[in-house]
Amino acid sequence: MTRLAETRTPAAVLDAALREVPDPEVPVVSIADLGILREVVLDEASGEARVTITPTYSGCPAMDVIRSHVEHVCRRQGWHPVVTLRLSPPWTTDWMSDRGRDRLREFGIAPPGSAGRPVGGPVTLTLRERVVTCPQCGSDDTQEVAHFGSTACKALRRCLTCREPFDEFKAI
Amino acid sequence: MSAYRTGGTAPTADQDSAAYLLGLADDAMVYAQRLGEWLTHAPQIEEDMALANISLDLLGQARALYPRVGELDGSRRGEDDYAMLRDERDWRNVALVEQPRGDFADEMARLLWFSAARVQVLVAGSGDPVLDGVMGKGAKEVSYHLDHAAQWVVRLGDGTDESHQRMQAALERVAPYVEELFDDDPASLAVAFEVRGPLPSETRQYAVAAVERVLTTAGLTLPGPGPWRARGGRQGVHSRPMGSLLAELQHIARSHPGASW
Repeated sequence: MTRLAETRTPAAVLDAALREVPDPEVPVVSIADLGILREVVLDEASGEARVTITPTYSGCPAMDVIRSHVEHVCRRQGWHPVVTLRLSPPWTTDWMSDRGRDRLREFGIAPPGSAGRPVGGPVTLTLRERVVTCPQCGSDDTQEVAHFGSTACKALRRCLTCREPFDEFKAI
Repeated sequence: MSAYRTGGTAPTADQDSAAYLLGLADDAMVYAQRLGEWLTHAPQIEEDMALANISLDLLGQARALYPRVGELDGSRRGEDDYAMLRDERDWRNVALVEQPRGDFADEMARLLWFSAARVQVLVAGSGDPVLDGVMGKGAKEVSYHLDHAAQWVVRLGDGTDESHQRMQAALERVAPYVEELFDDDPASLAVAFEVRGPLPSETRQYAVAAVERVLTTAGLTLPGPGPWRARGGRQGVHSRPMGSLLAELQHIARSHPGASW
């Protein structure tokens, strides 16, 4: 555990640093870009940093790493971290910033399309085909290879134009 | 230590809600354990990943629910207490999820039915803040699991003669465990409507319709009622494989109480 720094940085400095904490699985995007960082409340008087994060998937194993990274950043700047995990409202890829989407594409991961929200009432089943653009060459002629990829949030696809395989960030 | 803090409201003991949430959590926990057994045994490495991912989603749902059960039943137990330190008769999952894994077609038949039934419960939402949070996330995750199972059932059912025949046989083997998913057990009847949403029996027609659509696309037939059917899981009466499942799940935690690394 990081020792608490003796002098506390201004709130704006910590706030900016927290927004730059990278996602451990896809380090080109920050937890703020992904929409995992839900709320930062900094109490100047007590030095308490109340940070709320939300998991992408219920069982996402990266949450513990993200939590300890957030705590580390706070302590190094002299703030007491209080990190809370919140499930509701459920995380959606629609919360991902445009900057995050661009960075994913540059990294070779197809960013998620619009998720749409499941609403109450009976769920119907669709055996659907999604149109996903290849992050390498920009072709829409791509095909799913595996429904689940290297992490909970990704699927594996291949491009039929440039023949390259690539990860797709699943829209949920 | 629990990964999840529950909402700030002081909970009042509510045994009916606790019993209902425990059933949902135990289904997810036990099925997560069974799905995890596929790692390195699936027909292709992509399916190792897929089934492990699905397992992880369900495990996450169970982990979020157990501490809430501990608040509602007044015991203040945490996730490890529920998962690692309860005996067979204290588990409230349905028999479907505790059955040993069969072949890959058996697993897809089970995943199809489990997901089709569960997603109908999850989309309803709940007046309990923790359950509602789990449901909101879970509805998206389980829809994806349902889609995955459906694609495989179509591929196998509409594939070769051999794959068709084996997928149909798998559906017949899983069939006796399906109806228990839709039983209105005492816990779901006792819990307040605001907490649970629809009764299991009320979700039946939608789940069956979803499965029937997949089977029709796949050229498979829905098995009719058989000579027997599973029941009793929600009362803690389990089938024989449950004992060895728990032994494997719990033995480290029980042999080395409080160990950490």
